[in-house]
Amino acid sequence: MTFAVFLQHLANGIALGGMYALLAVGYNMVYGILRLTNFAHGDVFMMSAYIAFYTWLVFGLPWYVAFPVTMVLGALLGVIIERAAYRPLRQAPRISSMLAAIGVSFLLENIAFVVFGGRPKAFQRPPFLDQVFSIGSVSVPALTFVSIAASVLFLLLMSYIIYRTKPGLAMRALSMDSETARLMGININTMISLTFVLGSGLAAAGAIIWSLKYPQILPLMGALPGLKAFIGAVLGGIGSIPGAMLGAFLLGLGEIMLVAFLPTLTGYRDVFAFAILIVVLLFKPRGLLQGKEVPKV
Amino acid sequence: MSLLKVDHVTMQFGGLTAVSDLFVEMERGELVGLIGPNGAGKTTVFNMISGVYTPTKGRVIFDGADITGKKPDRAAAAGISRTFQNARLFTGLSVVDNVMVGQHLRLKSSPLAAMVGLPSYKREEQAMYDRSMALLERLGLTNLAQRKAGGLPYGPQRRVEIARALATQPKLLLLDEPAAGMNAEEAKDLMAFIRGVRDEFGLTIFLVEHQMRVVMGICERILVLDHGEKICEGCPSDVQNNPQVIQAYLGVTTNA
Amino acid sequence: MKIAADRGKVLSLLGLVLFGLFLWWATGHWDPFLLRMLRLCGIYIVLGLGVNVVNGLAGQFSLGHGGFMLVGAYTLALLTLTPEKKEMCFYLVPCIAALRTLTLPFVVALVLAAILAAVVGFLVGAPALRVGGDYLALLTLAFSESIVVLAFNIMPITNGALGLKGIVDYASVWWVWGLAILAIFLTRSLAESNYGRALKAIREDEIAAEAMGVNLFYHKTLAFVYGAALCGIGGALLACINSSIEPSMFGFYFTFQILVMVIIGGLGSVTGTVIGAPLVTIMLEALRFIDNPVQLGPIRIPGIIGMRMVLFSTLLLMAILFFREGLVGSREFSWAGLARAVASLGRGKKQAG
Repeated sequence: MTFAVFLQHLANGIALGGMYALLAVGYNMVYGILRLTNFAHGDVFMMSAYIAFYTWLVFGLPWYVAFPVTMVLGALLGVIIERAAYRPLRQAPRISSMLAAIGVSFLLENIAFVVFGGRPKAFQRPPFLDQVFSIGSVSVPALTFVSIAASVLFLLLMSYIIYRTKPGLAMRALSMDSETARLMGININTMISLTFVLGSGLAAAGAIIWSLKYPQILPLMGALPGLKAFIGAVLGGIGSIPGAMLGAFLLGLGEIMLVAFLPTLTGYRDVFAFAILIVVLLFKPRGLLQGKEVPKV
Repeated sequence: MSLLKVDHVTMQFGGLTAVSDLFVEMERGELVGLIGPNGAGKTTVFNMISGVYTPTKGRVIFDGADITGKKPDRAAAAGISRTFQNARLFTGLSVVDNVMVGQHLRLKSSPLAAMVGLPSYKREEQAMYDRSMALLERLGLTNLAQRKAGGLPYGPQRRVEIARALATQPKLLLLDEPAAGMNAEEAKDLMAFIRGVRDEFGLTIFLVEHQMRVVMGICERILVLDHGEKICEGCPSDVQNNPQVIQAYLGVTTNA
Repeated sequence: MKIAADRGKVLSLLGLVLFGLFLWWATGHWDPFLLRMLRLCGIYIVLGLGVNVVNGLAGQFSLGHGGFMLVGAYTLALLTLTPEKKEMCFYLVPCIAALRTLTLPFVVALVLAAILAAVVGFLVGAPALRVGGDYLALLTLAFSESIVVLAFNIMPITNGALGLKGIVDYASVWWVWGLAILAIFLTRSLAESNYGRALKAIREDEIAAEAMGVNLFYHKTLAFVYGAALCGIGGALLACINSSIEPSMFGFYFTFQILVMVIIGGLGSVTGTVIGAPLVTIMLEALRFIDNPVQLGPIRIPGIIGMRMVLFSTLLLMAILFFREGLVGSREFSWAGLARAVASLGRGKKQAG
């Protein structure tokens, strides 16, 4: 493999990692506050892809209207799910919330089957994104740059919100010690809703970028990316936002590199993420950046 | 040979030292108390003996064997049983089932024998049931045997926990604040009861308590812990008059 | 107490004989569709019990059963297909030499399916159970999906996405229900035994259970391996009844379906699964009419494909949100209990009348 090709793969890996990171942050924030693995997050991602498809391609809105609308609607979907399915179970044993998350995921997938049909829909890609930029012998399509740039932009925005604003501070406090945070006057319900708004909005952004890159939209498209994003968050350290981002980037990078260096293992690219999860949980459960303690036996 | 030797154990959690260089030795049949202000590390000591925590330094020798860091079920098999600060009963199970769980470690039949329903298993189960009911009777809980443990009032719950702990046929019983939530009258009954249990079952008892009346009333020997260190050890009157102990408890009202 | 227990046994035996007579009558009078439903009900009871032992009885939230079902299904298929059939299936990549000419009787294949699934269950459970509750679900899901991916890729053994076709349907009503009743009996015995108590104790409070001498790893693994074996048997029977299998059948979509049956019946209750699994199976079948157009006199209501699963998922969510206990909660069936229920009904009528 030439160095040029390697750089191309590197770029692809970072792009994929960026998309995983957008999803991973949402998982991480929800887990940090509610200790809930939001299985439905990947399906919010999927729904957002469909929303983008309809607003942009079916209703013909220009992309700079359709995409923000998608993000808003995606965020809204996240909040609705939280209110309807998770809030009533906050006092219930943890297994109930997990079952509810799975139930919501199931429901969303089935609704997608009914409303959108099981046949894949074709997302479009504006031709300018297919333009290839070459530096020397390294050729990278514009889409890759755009997706990396967009992911990084949104992640920076999210980091700003979380680390430099009052609501962000409240969310962090809540994820560390919800009892005390509540006593300090932080409105738990509002903050949790905000968490879902931000997380789901990011997922929607990720969905748009994903659909531009992989233009086949299916009802079950969110399951695997969602799972991998969460694994990335575990790798980086659940409970640590930079950890989630780092882990997700590493996972995306690793996945692409695996296929690049060992093309015979292409069929196993999904197992790569699972293998990482298994190794991490067994040997370094708090992840690379030492997130929260994993409840151990 | 002493039954329990806590040999200079230290427990550190990251930067925090919960227990520091503790030495305790107990002979068979003793009734020893562990007291100290809140946060002194008393439950941590129990957790180290019963295997929930592995000491950072030092060893725990029980009945001649080094059980340092052995998991709680191994400690139970060796003969250490305990109750918890907030009675950790199996709330969904009946009272007698709770006690039956305590018997489980003595069960010889395999799971397959149990599933198939071999007579050898049935006999063992019947014997365990009889022993459980006998224990419940000894603790005055017979008519509560079939009740769900979660629905019981506080007092009986604590007694069920003790029955369950006794079911493991321990040599050493660790009682973590057995009198918590009891008034003076109930505490007095509990004192007599604990002493009776020690005599009848031939146990050694190590108990943590806040209520001075209970501790001074039954314990033959008392250890005082403060900030993870042993600051005093001796018979009740020695401890009561020890200036360091008084200092540690200053500001804390006792009903002694 | 012993007399009541004996009476219960006699009644159970009687019930079994009656059920057997019912099966005999059904096989003689029912059309193939109804008989298939009958068999599916039995198979899903076995699968549901496999899930309930781990998730309900032991309280360990595992999503790994899809993989175990796959192992059982493929074991049975590979061991019962004739060399000719195998040659027809493995047209892209030939089957590995060891299996190419191997054909075993159904019973042997079934036993091996259970054993292999149990072994895989152990390999998955042993590491996975060391991790806490939240991550166990994720880890077992990852293992299960990995097994599916492996099945897609190891062409010489599984024939990949092409799947295996032409499996002989050995899963008669008698085999299915015989195994189902055996599974019910063994699982109920386990639940009522002290091992069952130990598992429930782990479910309620594993720290206290461990302090009382219950070895957590041993017991959790026990539940896991037994559950995996049941899933393997269920998977094998499914392979027979469907006569063709391919890896995506055993993905998380199917995993959730079984979980739903167990939840609706009642997590932790054998009776719940025995009632819930057939109920959900029949309900799913009955709801099929929603997918198809319906003629109501002059009005034609168009069918919406997939709507029944939407309805089904909504029902599941309702169950999780409002009827968390399921139909029977964690209660178990007993003849004495039934007698009491009937008696109180009678009393109620007398008071009203």
